[in-house]
Amino acid sequence: MERFTTVSGPAAPMPGANIDTDVIIPIQRLVGTGRGGLGPHAFERLRYLADGSDNPDFVLNRPQYRGSPILLAGPNFGCGSSREGAVWALMGMGFRAVIAPSFGDIFFGNCFQNGMLPVVLPEETVRRIAAETEAAQGARHTRVDLVRQVVVTPEGAEIPFAVDARRREALLDGLDDVALTLRMRDRILAWQEADRAARPWVWQTVERGR
Amino acid sequence: MPATMLDRIWASHVVADLGDGWSLLHCDRVLLHDLSGGRALREVGEAGHGLACPDLVFATPDHAVSSAPGRTAETFPQGGRLLAGLRARAAETGIRLFDLGQDGNGIVHVMAPELGIVLPGTVLVCGDSHTCTNGGVGALAFGVGASELRHVLATQTLPQQKPRSMRIRFEGTAPAGVTPKDMILAAIGRFGAGAGTGHAVEYAGSAVRALSVEGRLTLCNLSIEMGAKMGMVAPDDTTFEWLAGRDFAPRGADWDAALRAWRALPSDAEAAFDRDLVIGMRDIAPQITWGTSPEHVLPVTGRVPDPADAPDAAQRAAWQAALAYMGLAPGAPIAGTKVDWVFIGSCTNSRIEDLRAAAAVLRGRKVAPHVTAWVVPGSERVKHAAEAEGLHVAFRAAGFEWREPGCALCVAANGEAVPPGARCVSTSNRNFVGRQGTGARTHLASPAMAAAAAITGAIADVRQVAA
Repeated sequence: MERFTTVSGPAAPMPGANIDTDVIIPIQRLVGTGRGGLGPHAFERLRYLADGSDNPDFVLNRPQYRGSPILLAGPNFGCGSSREGAVWALMGMGFRAVIAPSFGDIFFGNCFQNGMLPVVLPEETVRRIAAETEAAQGARHTRVDLVRQVVVTPEGAEIPFAVDARRREALLDGLDDVALTLRMRDRILAWQEADRAARPWVWQTVERGR
Repeated sequence: MPATMLDRIWASHVVADLGDGWSLLHCDRVLLHDLSGGRALREVGEAGHGLACPDLVFATPDHAVSSAPGRTAETFPQGGRLLAGLRARAAETGIRLFDLGQDGNGIVHVMAPELGIVLPGTVLVCGDSHTCTNGGVGALAFGVGASELRHVLATQTLPQQKPRSMRIRFEGTAPAGVTPKDMILAAIGRFGAGAGTGHAVEYAGSAVRALSVEGRLTLCNLSIEMGAKMGMVAPDDTTFEWLAGRDFAPRGADWDAALRAWRALPSDAEAAFDRDLVIGMRDIAPQITWGTSPEHVLPVTGRVPDPADAPDAAQRAAWQAALAYMGLAPGAPIAGTKVDWVFIGSCTNSRIEDLRAAAAVLRGRKVAPHVTAWVVPGSERVKHAAEAEGLHVAFRAAGFEWREPGCALCVAANGEAVPPGARCVSTSNRNFVGRQGTGARTHLASPAMAAAAAITGAIADVRQVAA
């Protein structure tokens, strides 16, 4: 997994509650497109006009926000489907961090699995970062610093944010969850052995249903 | 100390305490589907891991398979390639695949309860957010992304933080025309699409106790539309009678032992929930969504909201955007809005009771000439049960297409879509922008409401149509 320490750049504002993962990446793209090819399809229903050209009214098409590494979003960002393609698409567009008042639970977890940092900050703080960025026409950057657990706004204010200790460590180190868990293989097998005795009906799947 | 059902199932699956509020949780069941299953199996292999417990993994193609009568895997070629991958990996790893057209095949959250793959007190995961559906039998079931899916295939466990607990009690008797779909849509409308974020929801109360297992599955299905990745209903005699004899349900002495364990699962009467909410059934009327989030929902007797009345600027903007996308005028009665498509299906509402409810409204009536109406049974078993009752005849006589099992128009990942600008009353779970196809306008409702819309040719109050 890609490590995350600090990311800096113009913070692109995309307000509005309940931006769902179908809007972030339509399912049809997950049928036919590989993980690495999703970036051009992120937000495609908002981002392009019917003829395939860029929609000038879509905020992320404005020159100052193209390639921006930080997305400022509204409440419940990433609600809906469990598709991890939503995270891959955002990363393919250049994003490494999303700042929002709240996130869909599954999307939130998927971010951490891919080196993307979701930061929860109050709605007024998200608006303030957006206003400071807009005032400077994107020329002033926001910094998301996971080491110090602060967001530095375009005008230099430092805003601390909370992040789960285990997830922070995994992002900083780029750790592989599966390898860590497999170190506990003996404990898992012991648990399963005991469970086979306690709940045999959970384990008898082969002889049943054939 | 009094415990909730969440507490009990959670505690009984903790393999290790990982610190900082994290547990390594054992997963008793893993479900795979065609959209991500083949890739997940392949990637686990490529990483040099075997499957931890192939006997606990079950697969079924549903997302990217055509629902056309007479379909094969190749009817939708892109989906056919995904299915070919899933078949090959399933054969290699020895997991159980319920293939297209075989007994047991169907939408993953329809076939898993139907076959007794999901059992009370189990932890079940699947790479699909509507995995919460399976909580309807009293399991802890939740959707995961691709990375967590690989983790669970390789280790049979997942590092998880225990969610907060939330209870919604539905008290009273269902008024005429009010189904489980109306109950959960009303709850989402009242509490919001993010109300359950970070929570596992337990549905309780006299109206939930009175529901069939099918109804409870529908209720739990929309938990994720309220933001909660887990929803559940305590198992009871209704559950046990429904489960007895199903393919993967225990038998004989194992059944007796399981039953003793399952009866101990329900939350204690004194158990405290982090959020405890109640809805009186008398306040619920048949529901229909008007916008592009499941929280944009109304009683069918209501009027399309006016953004001028929105509580704040952000909501105003959201309502305006939703109305523009949906092509609706503020203040207009929602009933009478002309519809072009009707879809009865999805992991929300494609079970036998759903088809019976829709067919009861249709009998002796015809679908309005301008409406394209589809019914897509949730599984091979649902399809055959419905055909044995003659429901397919009733649907066809009314002018519905009787199609093959799968997710179909709920997610439009199989080459089928509602055309741009067309308005569809759908028994599915998401009215998101573009969900049923680019530019498609979705109104979520119950199967009976969908049938009423089909014959009226417009959004209609099922209580008047059926009268």
